[in-house]
Amino acid sequence: MADQPTPLERFINGILPENPVYRQVLGMCPTLAVTNNLKGAMTMAGAVLFVLLCANVIISLIRNLLKPHLRIVVFTLTIATFVTIVDRFLAAYMYQMSKQLGPYIPLIIVNCIIICRCEVCASKQSVFTAAADAAGQSLGYALALASIASVREIMGTGMLFGLRVLPAAWPDWVIMVLPPGAFLTLGLLMGLANYLVARHSAVEKKARG
Amino acid sequence: MISSLPFLNKTMKGNNVVLEVAPSPHIADASFATKKMMADVIIGLLPVIAMAVYMFRLYAVKQMGICLFTCLAVEAAFTRMRQRPFPLMDLSAAVTGLILGLSLPVTAPWYVGVIASVVAIGIGKVIFGGLGMNIFNPAMVGRAFVMIAFAGLMAASGYVNPVIGIDAITQATPLTAFKQMGISTPLSDLFFGLVNGSPGEISALACLIGGLYLCIRKVASWEIPAGVIAMVVILAGLSGLSGQGVVWAVGYHLFSGALLFGAFFIATDPVTSPMAPVGKFIFGAGIGFFIMVLRLFSGYPEGVMFAVLLMNAVTPLINRWTIPTVMGEK
Repeated sequence: MADQPTPLERFINGILPENPVYRQVLGMCPTLAVTNNLKGAMTMAGAVLFVLLCANVIISLIRNLLKPHLRIVVFTLTIATFVTIVDRFLAAYMYQMSKQLGPYIPLIIVNCIIICRCEVCASKQSVFTAAADAAGQSLGYALALASIASVREIMGTGMLFGLRVLPAAWPDWVIMVLPPGAFLTLGLLMGLANYLVARHSAVEKKARG
Repeated sequence: MISSLPFLNKTMKGNNVVLEVAPSPHIADASFATKKMMADVIIGLLPVIAMAVYMFRLYAVKQMGICLFTCLAVEAAFTRMRQRPFPLMDLSAAVTGLILGLSLPVTAPWYVGVIASVVAIGIGKVIFGGLGMNIFNPAMVGRAFVMIAFAGLMAASGYVNPVIGIDAITQATPLTAFKQMGISTPLSDLFFGLVNGSPGEISALACLIGGLYLCIRKVASWEIPAGVIAMVVILAGLSGLSGQGVVWAVGYHLFSGALLFGAFFIATDPVTSPMAPVGKFIFGAGIGFFIMVLRLFSGYPEGVMFAVLLMNAVTPLINRWTIPTVMGEK
């Protein structure tokens, strides 16, 4: 257990090097479904942050009590608790948003990012590391959602966060806010991310000789 | 005996006999090369282009020019990015551009053609690895993209523009007129192309001339248009039983819309259609089936584009069913 990543490494890894969307390709369902505008995407990212942070902290606190064959059940129940809190919170205070996100908030329960973090980090490391990990992964997730949602909302409606950023003469690319736009944007951005990673590692290799 | 063959004579000088043996196929000329094939497609498109220019004048020229230029530019840019040899000379991007230009409404603004071309070459072709690797017909990918992105400019209403002074464009396209208002266009107008529509699709006669040229030159496999037409004749005949009569319905569905243009020029793309003759016929019949389903039961007046894309998707499956096993392989 000596070479477990430190809290700082966990935090930084989550943002770009192990970005949940672009590098781990986890949680694709909400990534495709809620990114047609930035507001919805950011609400989703906030919900994931809350659930992931709470779940990671709780799992980390009880990690010595976990029985190996029951751990997934315990993860799921813990996550479900916090998802229910978020879901009811949104329904009470952000009713329109809750309507718009529809089933994707309850579906956070089965979002593999969260179970993955519980399994990989929280069930093995201290509370502080688990919290840093949750923050880093959520930030990475939020960045990924924001990048996709910005492209789709700007091209599809000429607006960002509901405010007009392109001139009114901009012809709205309706396809970008429809499901095909999600696949195209995600694919192209993931291609770009892979290209940047490949170039980065090529440069590093050269530097090392 | 042997010495009567001059080339053997030469090699038999001295004691060394050299006989060159090469594996088949022994095709010396490059008549199947991409460039020749694509040049033939462009020749086949000439009557269609002529009819388009006759009906829509400079508007057709402009739309085709935009698509042609953008397709070539995008192809050049992307292949340079991928550091591949310069491919414009194989003319495949030019064919995509022409077919795209012929399938967009002439009244669509310039950016529709540009975006459709970028998507056609970029997402339809280059992303899959370039010519020969794409799953879907590039021109139809581009057209489907703008069709959904700019529904208002591309749907039935996009074809009608009473202002620009060309008679045909003041009326709805024949399929729309029939679907929404129950007005049927005379069959002779449909056959010769004196109607509104995408510039490539209006004249059934021009499509037939160009298409038969392609089939005779073996650039297009005749099985595909035969499959499309056979299926449309059957289904249109059935639909005619309950309405205006079998003969009229068959003629109407054959000559209107993009059916013949699609059957001869779009569906026959060798990259995205099956390889075996039986498979080609199944492919064509499938396109004909989906065209009729979309025409009769969907909100769209025409379904050639979606039919071709749908059947492109099942082409690998058709190939698996129909390509005969090589002798000795099993």
